[in-house]
Amino acid sequence: MSNNIQLKKGLNIPISGAADQSIRKVIVPDVVAIKPTDFRALKAKLAVKEGDRVLAGSPVLINKECADIVFTSPVSGTVAEVVRGEKRKLLEVRIKADQAVEYVDFGKQDVKALDAEAVKALLMKSGLWACLIERPYGVVANPAATPKAIFVSAFSTAPLAAEVEFALAGELANIQAAVSALGKIAPVHMSFASEKSAFYGVEGATRHIFTGAHPAGNVGVQIHHVSPIQKGETVWTVTMHELAIIGRLLNTGKYDATRTIAVTGPKAIKPAYVKAVAGIAISALKEFFDASEGLRYVSGDCLTGKNVGAEGFLSFHDNQVTILKEGNEYEAFGWAKPFRFKQFSSSHTYFHWILSWLSPKQYDLDTNLHGGERAFVVSDVYGKVFPMNLFPIYLTKACIAKDIDKMEKFGIYEVLEEDLALCEYVCPSKINIQQYIAEGIELMIKEMA
Amino acid sequence: MNARNIVDKIKPTFEEGGKLGFLHSTFDAFETFMFVPNTTTKTGAHVRDCVDIKRVMIIMVLALVPAFLFGTWNIGYQHSLAFGLGWGFWNMIWYGLVKIIPLVLVTYIIGLGIEFTSAQINGHEVNEGYLVTGFILPLIVPVDVPLWMLAIATAFAVIIGKEVFGGTGMNIWNPALIARAFLFFSYPSKMSGDSVWVGGVSRFNEIGKAWQAGNGIVDGFSGATPLSDPAGYSALDMFLGTVPGSVGETSVIAILIGAAILIFTGVASWKIMVSSVAGGLLVGWLGGLVIPDAVPCWYHLIMGGFLFGTVFMATDPVTSCQTECGKWIYGFLVGALAVIVRLFNPGYAEGMMLAILLMNTFAPLIDHCVIESTLKKNAKKARIA
Repeated sequence: MSNNIQLKKGLNIPISGAADQSIRKVIVPDVVAIKPTDFRALKAKLAVKEGDRVLAGSPVLINKECADIVFTSPVSGTVAEVVRGEKRKLLEVRIKADQAVEYVDFGKQDVKALDAEAVKALLMKSGLWACLIERPYGVVANPAATPKAIFVSAFSTAPLAAEVEFALAGELANIQAAVSALGKIAPVHMSFASEKSAFYGVEGATRHIFTGAHPAGNVGVQIHHVSPIQKGETVWTVTMHELAIIGRLLNTGKYDATRTIAVTGPKAIKPAYVKAVAGIAISALKEFFDASEGLRYVSGDCLTGKNVGAEGFLSFHDNQVTILKEGNEYEAFGWAKPFRFKQFSSSHTYFHWILSWLSPKQYDLDTNLHGGERAFVVSDVYGKVFPMNLFPIYLTKACIAKDIDKMEKFGIYEVLEEDLALCEYVCPSKINIQQYIAEGIELMIKEMA
Repeated sequence: MNARNIVDKIKPTFEEGGKLGFLHSTFDAFETFMFVPNTTTKTGAHVRDCVDIKRVMIIMVLALVPAFLFGTWNIGYQHSLAFGLGWGFWNMIWYGLVKIIPLVLVTYIIGLGIEFTSAQINGHEVNEGYLVTGFILPLIVPVDVPLWMLAIATAFAVIIGKEVFGGTGMNIWNPALIARAFLFFSYPSKMSGDSVWVGGVSRFNEIGKAWQAGNGIVDGFSGATPLSDPAGYSALDMFLGTVPGSVGETSVIAILIGAAILIFTGVASWKIMVSSVAGGLLVGWLGGLVIPDAVPCWYHLIMGGFLFGTVFMATDPVTSCQTECGKWIYGFLVGALAVIVRLFNPGYAEGMMLAILLMNTFAPLIDHCVIESTLKKNAKKARIA
């Protein structure tokens, strides 16, 4: 069965620096990091100490609340450093990698013969359980729960996101194996941008077609239109590139964390793809930027990614790095100018919307806020970029007010921060909507536990 | 950049601990007026759209400019007619400016003064919303309103209408209309009747002389607005705006230019404008069936403050409905109520102000109903799926 869903609301931000479709470099990592902070509300404890030897697939962290869920090393090597923050909060486990990777052998699997429990057990002991994200709240999936479905978005509409077809070329067999295995746990739904997708032929999944501007590729938006999450229900999601890694585990018995990463952004020099593993250091990408400029290094895309800094590491779920200029400069009478050719606005109060008809242009966007924070004033800009039948501003206000009943009513179960990222982008009042939503979700986790 | 260097040099004086640290908000307001600040995103989306509230507000002010310019000319034109002066164009503009600039100065000085003080006390940034309110206010009062009354009304509107709720974005009623309502109910003799709409007439009636009054009021001059005397003016006069009335409300053409700017830039909701006009027309038409000597329903659109209210005040994004469906309902009721007041309340010819204020009050209720019904439908759909 296939459904076509056309979304009219959304916005593709014309930011420059899309990755050229070529692999510029294969990175043999020197140091990789495993960061418990990549997972919401995770309480992790260490399974290793500094100096220990690990293989690719050896446990490094253990979930305190469910000891079966482990987080494993993507490379073989020795534990170089355990980085802690305030109150000894565990921030990073850094592993000095070997030149050649040695893998833990989890055994090649015959997917047809596996049952749900066996799939769960294999994913948990290999560390790939962490790829499964549970909604509501976007936490690592609870293996005891039975999700009503597992959703996969087989395309990304996020600004400058890695092209799935290119980054996962030749991975069809692995993705097929992963879909078949996850299908034992719950029905799998996959959403494509068109029937021409290289992965459209995957068997065992309910297929949907979504067309429209960003965030049509966000799995949260897709779930909302296919099967909205009600109170008490859970849905799991997993990204395409992590499906490929799960597939490799099933087909080869190894946790092979290799992924194709898009290095993008207005300040990326010759943006292109690299082959690397999860958790690589930003410094391994040094030919992509000129560190003498004031830059921001984002793991993920420019709307939802995390500022990790030049010394930071790629986050667990990400396959994109965005390099932006820190826009800490003043602009004289910026708001009063009739045109601002160097900035972009989707608002009709500037005339980029007319210019883009005449000649589409890409803009070197930087991190300037372009204004001061105000109360919500304008009411109709948010709905235009939010293709869900919910009320984004009412939800945000409920989160600000910490009103759990209202948060529930306005759909906190259905969204993660990323789904409202565009609302934040267009907000003329410069309100940090994603932060409020994150605080709301954390409150829900605490109160509903 | 030169100007930037100067600002950087004096900035420490106004920062916390500086000599003039208590004027921090004021300095900040002027600084951000001249320079888009250098703040970068700290959380969430790393890049942001370059639109901000200042941009939205300046577009609203721009949209009001045609009505303002026409109003300025019309003040002179009406005065020249009333006193039989036979002035030329520039003479009318000059008289108009002399009359209107004090009104603008009073609203801005009083209003911004309160805004700056309250920002200072609360330690937050100065909101831009008053730039629009202060510009609308002179356009919706009779030209001869005494300045001290305007000052009190402005202060009332900014303090009670806005700041007590937390400033721009938090207010329930349109602040400019609060000021007008305050004037209307406190000083009705200066806000209605036949003598207040043309510059100098009320003063001449009271003391027998007025500035630039020539030989006195010409015979046959009525001073009534089209609302109280619809037969006295042709539809074309009302469309062009060469009739007495509040300063900015008379010219349909000037208001339509403003409406075009607002709709083109997406600053104000076209849904509210369209539905308000529809509501006004429908009730006007129904009224025509009930009341034998009622004016044609489309007269309501070009008389009095209906169109000005529809375009510039009902569409205020803060006090109107927030939901798209709610905007249709809200606009329709604004238009319908305004014409109902006009038709059935002979004591008060203008219904727009009360209609908008009343619907401002009910806008959250409309939103509530729209949201409830949408969420109910969502839940139903989810059960089926």
